[in-house]
Amino acid sequence: MSDMLPLELSGATVRRKGKTVLGPVDLTLAQQGLTIVIGPNGSGKTTLLRVMHGVERLSAGSAEWSVPHSEARRRQSYVFQSPIVLRRSVLDNLCYPLKLMKVARRDRVATARDWAARIGLGDALATPATRLSGGERQKLALARALIRKPDVLFLDEPCANLDGRATRDIEALLLGARAAGTRIVMATHDMGQARRLATDLIFMVSGRVHETGHAGHIFTHPETPELTAFYNGDIVE
Amino acid sequence: MNDIGEGIVAALGLLVTLDPDLIDISLRSLQVSLSALVIACAIAIPFGTFLAVQRFRFRRTVISVLNALMGLPPVVVGLVVYLLLSRSGPFGVLGLLFTPTAMIIAQVVIITPLIASITHQAMRDLWAEYHDLLISLNTTKVQRVGTLMWDGRRTLLTAALAGFGRAIGEVGAIMIVGGNIDNVTRVLTTAIALETGKGDFALALGLGFVLIMLALLVNFAIHGLSGTEREGRW
Repeated sequence: MSDMLPLELSGATVRRKGKTVLGPVDLTLAQQGLTIVIGPNGSGKTTLLRVMHGVERLSAGSAEWSVPHSEARRRQSYVFQSPIVLRRSVLDNLCYPLKLMKVARRDRVATARDWAARIGLGDALATPATRLSGGERQKLALARALIRKPDVLFLDEPCANLDGRATRDIEALLLGARAAGTRIVMATHDMGQARRLATDLIFMVSGRVHETGHAGHIFTHPETPELTAFYNGDIVE
Repeated sequence: MNDIGEGIVAALGLLVTLDPDLIDISLRSLQVSLSALVIACAIAIPFGTFLAVQRFRFRRTVISVLNALMGLPPVVVGLVVYLLLSRSGPFGVLGLLFTPTAMIIAQVVIITPLIASITHQAMRDLWAEYHDLLISLNTTKVQRVGTLMWDGRRTLLTAALAGFGRAIGEVGAIMIVGGNIDNVTRVLTTAIALETGKGDFALALGLGFVLIMLALLVNFAIHGLSGTEREGRW
């Protein structure tokens, strides 16, 4: 359990070129759990995650951690929908965040080797990361995010375009991180994945939080017709 | 055609006999242009990368000016550096005019905008790729510039080689600020200009071939050392 939570969003709004893409959103991110954000394309899932992560400028409202902003930024990681790998070897990709954190070189390499083994890239330490497959890249990006031992981890549809096996590997890593106490917030399009992982759910429609609830309840008893429609695979706009 | 044939023979003759004047001139060419390259890279590469990473008010203007300066006429640079370094100029007391240092200064002025501009273009693409990640990892400006320079080092090599090519082949500026003094500031290009003026085309061509070979050798050496174009590398 992390002392930087809860995260309080109040009236958080993001406008781009006069159009409101998010909000106003009032939301509290509780101290524990694995929150899944679902919703149709363009409903503001990515923007919500970026606001929470602190890399999106708010047009109005606030997003406050329980610790100062700069400290909060240091203790969280973000995994992007299309994995960004540095044009370096697998080992150097994993070492990079540790280097930023000024970890001694020997410890860096030892930790990075350990993580490379965990994601099944233990034999590919010297391989240029740009030559990895899509699934391997995403696992590398996830490992690079987790190697910082973040208190909070954000993931933006990490399993989009991945096959079942890669998805399973990533979910296993996420559950491991959760067991180790990392608070996870993840956007996904995959309802199966949402049901497998979620402890609570945020359902977004057109930039607003439409419905939230605990997994045990919200999956079986959606309160709004939109969420029911979304579960049924209908098109929600 | 005959002249070219004679030129090749003259070049071979100069090389085979290891003509001391030729070696002296060639080494000075290398010394001046490589010094200018190192200094220009030290300025231009971080600057070009910084331009890619940082948003500020006159950024677009700076980039446009930089692009325009890529085509800076060497003769004009030579003239300005001459005026600055001449006895009556602001830096006259340093006594640098007609020394290799003056030639290095002029070449730095000529190639810095070129290297900075190519660097900026290469780094802009890399920054677009890395932007989200480096912001998310909470990197400082210096760390961002450092990361881009390291991961883009092979493209930066192209920028450096373009700068070197322009420096080693340049004659207008170094002729003015160096004065083409035998054994002091004479380099390959100024010697070629001199021999052509005297009508000794064979020697001029011979020096020309040596110049081209030198440029090729430096390129091969740098590529070889840095391992570009090798299989499996970026």
